[in-house]
Amino acid sequence: MAAPGLSAYLVLAALVFAIGLFGVLTRRNAVGILLGIELMLNAVNINLVAFARFEADLAGLIFTLFVIAITVAEVGVGLAIVIAIFRVRRTVDADHLNLLKG
Amino acid sequence: MTLETVVFGLVALALLGGSLGVVLTPNLFHAVLSLAGALVATAVIFLLLDAAFLFAVQLLLYAGGVVTVLVFAIMLTERLIGEHITQTNRHVVNGAVMSVAVFVGVAGFIMRSNLTAAEPAPADRTVEIARAIVGPFAVTFELLGVLLVAALLGAIYFARTED
Repeated sequence: MAAPGLSAYLVLAALVFAIGLFGVLTRRNAVGILLGIELMLNAVNINLVAFARFEADLAGLIFTLFVIAITVAEVGVGLAIVIAIFRVRRTVDADHLNLLKG
Repeated sequence: MTLETVVFGLVALALLGGSLGVVLTPNLFHAVLSLAGALVATAVIFLLLDAAFLFAVQLLLYAGGVVTVLVFAIMLTERLIGEHITQTNRHVVNGAVMSVAVFVGVAGFIMRSNLTAAEPAPADRTVEIARAIVGPFAVTFELLGVLLVAALLGAIYFARTED
């Protein structure tokens, strides 16, 4: 059996992405939804690094660095919003945050 | 079976287990711990893919920084730590169907496309990454600095106390 190829990494990343999507769709807690988004971004990073390795292209590694930096910014702003909402509404249940719902 | 295959299998199992833990555990604090496990497993996968620098970045920024911030947020907002509360909404079946559909679509596309690996990249590419960041990707890199400052100011603005 040969070493795992590009397809193995891509299928693994697709699985993680699907699991993260499930978390985003089903979690009640806003922090839980953020956890799901983290998983999905992580899966994309695996894809980028795998392509960089097997296609001998440097851009995948650079993009992964950028994605990681943007994720850090996203987590910072997202959690600040969660804490601000919690301060006003005393809940972070996404089902109750329907102020903008028409 | 080569050693790389065995390690890949073990790390893949750890990654999938951690991911399932993130979305399925009722206790949100345990979910964050599972996320930390999944992120460390991803770092090992980067190591398998000859990206040692990204392995370090992943451990420092994700498993170190992001997880710490997430734990802080949960401590601040969760008054029910340790108690058994329903964490999933009523869309569990729909969400599962949607996720499986996305996975089947992506995996089918991967299987149908003819992926042939080109020549393997050289082992350590950290020097190349550094040159590219200050070379062709310099503008993007600077914009990233602006984004981080904006995110920092935005986070302070949202989380400040009213006074």
